[in-house]
Amino acid sequence: MKPRAHRNHAHYWAFVLHRVSGLLLALFIPVHFYVLGMAIESATRLDGFLSWTNTPLVKLAETMLVVLLAAHLTGGLRLMALEFFGTRESSKTAVAIGTGIALVVGLTFLLNVR
Amino acid sequence: MPSAGIETKLWVWQRASAAVLGLCVIVHLILIIIAVQGGLSAGEIISRVSGNVAWLMFYSVFVIAVAVHAPIGVRTILNEMTGLKTSQTYLVMAVLCLVILSMGFRTVIGLYNAGGV
Amino acid sequence: MSNTIKVSVWRGQTEGAFEDFEVPRQPSQTVLDVITYIQRNIDPTLSYRFACRVGVCGSCAMTVNGRPRWTCRTHVDKVATDGTLQVSPLRNLEVVKDLACDMTEFFNKMNRAEGKFHPTKSRDDDFDMVLPDDPKRKQASQGIECIGCGVCYAACDVVEWNKDYLGPAALNRAWTLVNDVRDGGNAERIAAVSGDGGCHACHSQQGCVEHCPKHISPTHSIAGLKRAVAKSALKGIFGGDD
Repeated sequence: MKPRAHRNHAHYWAFVLHRVSGLLLALFIPVHFYVLGMAIESATRLDGFLSWTNTPLVKLAETMLVVLLAAHLTGGLRLMALEFFGTRESSKTAVAIGTGIALVVGLTFLLNVR
Repeated sequence: MPSAGIETKLWVWQRASAAVLGLCVIVHLILIIIAVQGGLSAGEIISRVSGNVAWLMFYSVFVIAVAVHAPIGVRTILNEMTGLKTSQTYLVMAVLCLVILSMGFRTVIGLYNAGGV
Repeated sequence: MSNTIKVSVWRGQTEGAFEDFEVPRQPSQTVLDVITYIQRNIDPTLSYRFACRVGVCGSCAMTVNGRPRWTCRTHVDKVATDGTLQVSPLRNLEVVKDLACDMTEFFNKMNRAEGKFHPTKSRDDDFDMVLPDDPKRKQASQGIECIGCGVCYAACDVVEWNKDYLGPAALNRAWTLVNDVRDGGNAERIAAVSGDGGCHACHSQQGCVEHCPKHISPTHSIAGLKRAVAKSALKGIFGGDD
């Protein structure tokens, strides 16, 4: 059975990436605020948390979040170009470039983070 | 004039907030990469944003745009991919919006006032 | 090329099962040829729909190896890469029997999207001038070749998730009429496509674009409607009546 073959194309996978990244970012935002809020009560509490994040696994997770944010940004810009300006040409190339930019941003984060 | 449906209004709000977020996220990503160089600390974050009106304005706009953008998207996903009723997805949307606004502004204003400046 | 091909064909209605057939291979054989061979030589009770056999009428669309296609213009060579075929009715529509589906909902949605011409003139009036390089004419031209085969409707995930969604074909038709200077039904049309199942439900996944045999882009037509509806909604809010 090949019931889902019609989904196997660049724009569908771009849609999946946009939806998954958007959902994960929406779930992450309250966590992000909670952690930053620690600094208001006591700087030592945030610093304690930040030292906990100083493991390769958490760094990798942070890199993932940066990639997701960048991917949602480039995906969103591509969708708005389509919706507002009706861009037609090189639509699949735009998917590839946007995903590439997101990976480059993630790599830049990974190279700079300590 | 025909009055536009609620979906049209939500679409306009989501795209308007997306346009604002487009700029905010670019700034945010650049700042993340600069800030993490040499490690992140509470003191560093506080010294950057505390008492700085420009950052206060930027993050206030950022929080409002996120509070508009994310709940509309989450509601769409719930409508399409879960069995929740429309009234329930509206409730989730409203709660998420309030959570982001309250937690966001607590953080943004807290950090602005932090450090005894 | 082996002498026969194994074909799994959907039998029944919404409830049913695939039945396997062996069909002799022929040069330049289409999927419609294969289905027709089964019906004429193996099982005359097999139900399917076709008319022109040459890609003009749009009645023979089915799901072939998971993708919606015109069976008359789909060569077996192109799709049976592993030597097998699986043929089922179009997705997102009620099945009448076997490979024939009920297109009623599909065409009702064309009407619900005001995908019909609203004349503004009588025989006493002069002709409208529609120049080939007029921007509106160009917009309309990009969507006007639709023959209503239902391939885009079957390829659309939003149709599957939201039963009220009008779908790519109906919205594309509405957009061609928005750009028709002779038409007088735009107020009704904008209202019709701005409801909960209207143009804003589209996520630009472009399954419709990927599969349209006429190479139309309903996604871009729908984007045009999104702009037109938003413009009219903003006018409503800020009072600029027209």
